Amino acid sequence: MISRRNFLAASAAFPALSYLSFTKAFAATPQSVLVVAMQLDNMTSLDPHEGFESVGAEICGNMYHKLVAPNLEDPDKVDPQIAESWTASEDGKTFTFKIRKGLKFSSGAPVTSEDCAFSLQRAVKLNKSPAFIITQFGFNADNAETAITAPDAETVVLKTENPTALGLLLYCLSANVGAIIEKKAALDHAEGDDLGNAWLRQNSAGSGEFMLKIWRASDSVVLLKNPNGDYKGNIERIIMRHIVDPSSQLLMLKQGDVDIARNLLTEQLKGLEGDDSIKLMQKSTASIMLMSLNQSVEQLQNPKVWEAFKWAVGYRSMQKNIVPMTYVVHQAIVPEGLPGAYNENPYEQDLEKAKALLAEAGYPDGFEIEIDHYSAPPYPDIAQAIQSDLGKIGIKVTLLAAENRQVLTKMRARKHQIALSSWGTDYFDPNSNADVFCINQDNSDDATTRPFCWRSHFQDDKIAAMAEEARDEPDPETRIQKYVELQKYYMNNSPFVVMMQSSVVAAMRPNVEGVRLGTLPDSHSYAGTSKA
Amino acid sequence: MIRRLKSLGSQFGSVLATLFGLSVVTFMIGRVMPVDPVIAAVGDNASQEVVEKARLAMGLDQPLIVQYWHYLTQVLQGDFGQSVLTHNEVASDIAHYFPATMELATYALIIATVIGVPLGIWAAVRQDSLTDQIIRVICLAGHSVPVFVLALLALIIFYAGLGIAPGPGRQGIIYQDMITPVTGFLTIDCLYAGDWDAFRDAVAHLVLPVSILSYFSLAYITRMTRAFMLDALRGEFIVAARAKGLSARKVVLNHAFPTIAVQLLTVLALTYAGLLEGAVVTETVFAWPGLGLYLTKALMNGDMNPVVGCTLLIGLIYVALNLLADILYRVFDPRVS
Repeated sequence: MISRRNFLAASAAFPALSYLSFTKAFAATPQSVLVVAMQLDNMTSLDPHEGFESVGAEICGNMYHKLVAPNLEDPDKVDPQIAESWTASEDGKTFTFKIRKGLKFSSGAPVTSEDCAFSLQRAVKLNKSPAFIITQFGFNADNAETAITAPDAETVVLKTENPTALGLLLYCLSANVGAIIEKKAALDHAEGDDLGNAWLRQNSAGSGEFMLKIWRASDSVVLLKNPNGDYKGNIERIIMRHIVDPSSQLLMLKQGDVDIARNLLTEQLKGLEGDDSIKLMQKSTASIMLMSLNQSVEQLQNPKVWEAFKWAVGYRSMQKNIVPMTYVVHQAIVPEGLPGAYNENPYEQDLEKAKALLAEAGYPDGFEIEIDHYSAPPYPDIAQAIQSDLGKIGIKVTLLAAENRQVLTKMRARKHQIALSSWGTDYFDPNSNADVFCINQDNSDDATTRPFCWRSHFQDDKIAAMAEEARDEPDPETRIQKYVELQKYYMNNSPFVVMMQSSVVAAMRPNVEGVRLGTLPDSHSYAGTSKA
Repeated sequence: MIRRLKSLGSQFGSVLATLFGLSVVTFMIGRVMPVDPVIAAVGDNASQEVVEKARLAMGLDQPLIVQYWHYLTQVLQGDFGQSVLTHNEVASDIAHYFPATMELATYALIIATVIGVPLGIWAAVRQDSLTDQIIRVICLAGHSVPVFVLALLALIIFYAGLGIAPGPGRQGIIYQDMITPVTGFLTIDCLYAGDWDAFRDAVAHLVLPVSILSYFSLAYITRMTRAFMLDALRGEFIVAARAKGLSARKVVLNHAFPTIAVQLLTVLALTYAGLLEGAVVTETVFAWPGLGLYLTKALMNGDMNPVVGCTLLIGLIYVALNLLADILYRVFDPRVS
């Protein structure tokens, strides 16, 4: 018999069951909206002349056009974007770009040569993190307005300080720091002399396929179709949601609450293979995973020890067992997909050889050493594999796991012994990595330039000369050849053990078409995307 | 009267001292942490020139004590500085993220209290019976199963499996940007805007994270209630009440419960404060844009203005809830004047 009390309690609880009827609201995403689940924390600014992190670069890449864009199929080519053609002068110091007619900013205003010149001048004058990509040609705040000019409505002229390889200049201009913004919009919103910097962090003024509606840090980014742009598909709105947890991303993708999940881990991707309801797209990106052996540590100074490390690591088994979907083996400093990449991987695990090299170097019984590494996956697993491999040749490794920024801070203070970390390429040219890995002008602690190799006290005049020569070579084919030679030499003669190159994977609902992933984050593109 | 003013003054003084101490400790820890905040500001690949410029702009070249002095004078003028990561004023960031956490915490506390307190009383009254054992097991599970396991399980079962709950996030994408924030409590803002569909959506998104959080608080509240109640039930006044022939229900609810109400208030206040700190794991799994996520991210990047700002806020919450508990003591406990 139901008592009156129980009956009342039950009827009070009943409305809670109507929660079941909420389900209808959670159907698939609307056709005109593309919802992307991704970790949105790697961005501090959406001003293309300031932001320098991967997620921000991807978003800017979809909002802004540059004079030229990298060709995603053939890394040795550059495609016209805002510029339709270009010429270089005989002396390699004057470069003239003709602007394509009929392009419009999201405001509806036409894209003019004045906007182009202003944008490049602005990047130089602001002098934020990515500015070095174009200031390396000799532009600075004082000469920007005379070295970067718009003599007429269709022409932009750049005058570099020194003779410059056309290829290098073009690749550098294809980076986000070469983004063309609307001059009027930037100046209308300028505060003091910031050239609209504060405003452009949270707004957009480009001619790309999409424009910024809103960015809420640690929450979401919403892009709208640029009504005056080139976009032809049926997406009106892209919502990128900050979903930190990869498991949550996977669940949402499977349920159809998001169309694309961007940060799935290897185990999750393995589970999706053979699943017809999800498409996987994979692309090697320009980020390498490597060990840096600090040259201030006595045991690590002998080139034979460098070699021993390189023969001791089990590249292939590590890749196959730990990161089959998200990394590929790569041993040269320029990643695959960039012009001038060297894609042979001559090192295999050979413990006998490694042991012999170690003995030749005077360490027959090995030594003790510390490896600092990121605590985020897959680094701890990789570090343990390395620890075990090195253990087999007598090197006793202590692993020190820490937050990403903490490892970087230690490296930048040159305090690591060995650091297992990653390096992302800045722009689409082999010089981007060659520069920071090879050219260390001042190896003192208070150096004014501190490239990546400086952090590990590595300085080698021959390597630096090779890198400079390759950089300045005017003939494109010879230039690429010189970079390949540089990398072969570097591989055998440097204290950096490059092991793998990362891939990005986008897991998508089957009705999503036309997403493109690039080698650099700024070329992950939604420009051709539509939903069936 | 003067005594009361004096005690009020000393309480106010101790609040200020607490906050000051908190700010010093957090600030100093932040500055000696082995993370260079400049990397967060300009990225790892920036040239040394840009790095140095940013270091100067952030005032990091100055001695620690000078940096703190600058910070303190700013804070006293109501300026908590800017976040390096979001470029927003810390105060406006907190105003954005805190309500999301507060909404979660408030509902979780209400549910945990409504269920946990009666459960605790029940367990105490039926001490060592099967009911008591079952309740104990439920509470133990609440304390010992890691939150992310439970949260993920809940998502897998109710969202992916049964499809009766919405996925992670605070809102369905259809309702995104439709509701103008007034209070920051999405449910209340939806009601205020008169949008019932958005309201149902917001409530639906709250159900799972609130259930998880309230389960954890419930475990604690139930155990404490049971312990307090057992103590109270041993009192002579209970024997007296029973001897007078009062019903068991009356003995427990009218005689025993009021005596533990005061202790319970402290427990509830502390639980609430704990929830308001931001349940980082729950917020991570449910992609909840709350204070916990914001604070963790700032901390990992050495972005100290938000860290100190949030710490001060949390400190303030603890102090305020303690004060509130003190005041309620006076109201509920006739022995305290």
